[in-house]
Amino acid sequence: MPEKKLKRGVAVAGVGLSKFGAFPEKNSRDLFVEAFLDLMGSMKGFDPHQIEAFYLGNFSSDQFEKQAHLAPILASWVGLSPISTLRIEDACASSGVALRQAALAIASGQYDVVLVGGVEKMTSLEIAAVTEALGTAADAQFEVSVGFTFPGFYAAMATAYMHEFQADPKAFYHVSIKNHNNGALNEYAQFKQTIREIMESKKERAAQKGRPVPVWEDEFDFLSDPKGNPMIAWPMALFDCSPVSDGAAVALLVSEEIANSFTDTPIYMIGSGQASDGALPERENLFSIPAALEAGRQAYQMAKLSPSDIDIAEVHDCFTIAEIIATEDLGFFDRGKGWQAAIEGKTTRDGIRPVNTSGGLKAKGHPVGATGVGQVVEIWKQLNGIAGERQVKGNPKIGLTHNVGGTGQTCVVNIFERRA
Amino acid sequence: MEAYSMISKDFFEALEAGALIGSHCLDCGTKAIPQRQICPKCLGSRTEIIEYSGKGSLAAFTVVYVPSSMMANNGFDSRNPYCVGIVELDEGPKISAQILDVDLRNPESISIGTKLVMVSAKNNTDENPKTHLAFKPV
Repeated sequence: MPEKKLKRGVAVAGVGLSKFGAFPEKNSRDLFVEAFLDLMGSMKGFDPHQIEAFYLGNFSSDQFEKQAHLAPILASWVGLSPISTLRIEDACASSGVALRQAALAIASGQYDVVLVGGVEKMTSLEIAAVTEALGTAADAQFEVSVGFTFPGFYAAMATAYMHEFQADPKAFYHVSIKNHNNGALNEYAQFKQTIREIMESKKERAAQKGRPVPVWEDEFDFLSDPKGNPMIAWPMALFDCSPVSDGAAVALLVSEEIANSFTDTPIYMIGSGQASDGALPERENLFSIPAALEAGRQAYQMAKLSPSDIDIAEVHDCFTIAEIIATEDLGFFDRGKGWQAAIEGKTTRDGIRPVNTSGGLKAKGHPVGATGVGQVVEIWKQLNGIAGERQVKGNPKIGLTHNVGGTGQTCVVNIFERRA
Repeated sequence: MEAYSMISKDFFEALEAGALIGSHCLDCGTKAIPQRQICPKCLGSRTEIIEYSGKGSLAAFTVVYVPSSMMANNGFDSRNPYCVGIVELDEGPKISAQILDVDLRNPESISIGTKLVMVSAKNNTDENPKTHLAFKPV
């Protein structure tokens, strides 16, 4: 097979993020404007008239807001009409794919300056309707029709994983605790609290209301109590699941040769891969995501790097089991060893392979269409040493994003490098 | 099995009649469920409908406490959860199904590899109750 590479280099020249959370007063366009202003505020002397095209990742404004055809509306709302606009729907991987497609458009020579966005406004629907909307990312006819839910799919993968590798389910708690520890340090995160803080506030609330105060000794005690952590789809409980979120993220992509005219601190997209798959039962095994293996293989090959070269990664932890599987699919740990790595703290900020320093989907939030670009925002901050209290040590140079749609029907992996 | 075609609705018509159908590739022998006009392995289009035995084993599962809307309509909720899983048929391919007659109070007691046999479950839709695929332990 001939070597695949971009015909022209592509750089990220700036990023922006809205706060992630539940914002009843804001819709998609408001969230998007917030993220766009965040980008503009971080770029000196940038004239947005230079933007030639807009690639939007959005899963389902149709279902969440009864608004289709969102890309031209958002472009108009930030004054970019009449540039070319395009919306990409690949479920929860929508904006990771949009970023890759924008990079391919720049690499082709068609554009030099492209805005990539991701947005999702999810809290406008009741939780049952959100569950229903997310279910449309799976095979509605053959999987949802027997009673599967999204947490259910990943929970089933968790049972297959635990069975195959005799994994200790406590590993799931470690992922959740770690991601909340990171999210607590991220001002944009939906949950700016550690699990211990959440536990203590629940105790305080019980005391204030004159109810019996739960005796939880530590986070593990709290997480193993269904009163603190109710079961959603066994073995996935509430604190294994990413939340329902509103949010937007943007990134400015430019051709490599002009990157330094936009910023002193560009990061370069040196590897990218994307793959697809059929419904969950079609897989040979249920403890790995084949599309992630393939997307990772493509991205590593293009970047001429191996998993051990990756300093930091933002992976798609829609559920805690998903993070453990991702760290294996990406080759950070051997197959079947990801759960031990999580327990041993190898993926914490001080660990050998920091994963989801932003708080991940679990704590930062998961406005599904915004997640892929949101991951790049964290990589930008970490590689440029501006991640504040959650900055990892050792001047990370190479960062990776892993964005999954559905239960692995889409996966996109992108690799970024700081050269300064 | 001439009665059923490769059109996906026929899978459900067969299910209503108590048959679990799929396809068999005449060129490479790959079996699929549901039935596929185009073989997912060799991409050939010489496939024919087959009927599975309805026997298999549990490959993965979950007990769902926050139900889908269909299952909420069927009376399930956090106090009355249900099990769904992925079943590996004795003939090879896998499919999603509800799993009946397992101990829902003790999900730990449900084991991967359990031998299963096909049954079906009725949905409480308003006028026109439909069948969905289910299995139970042998």
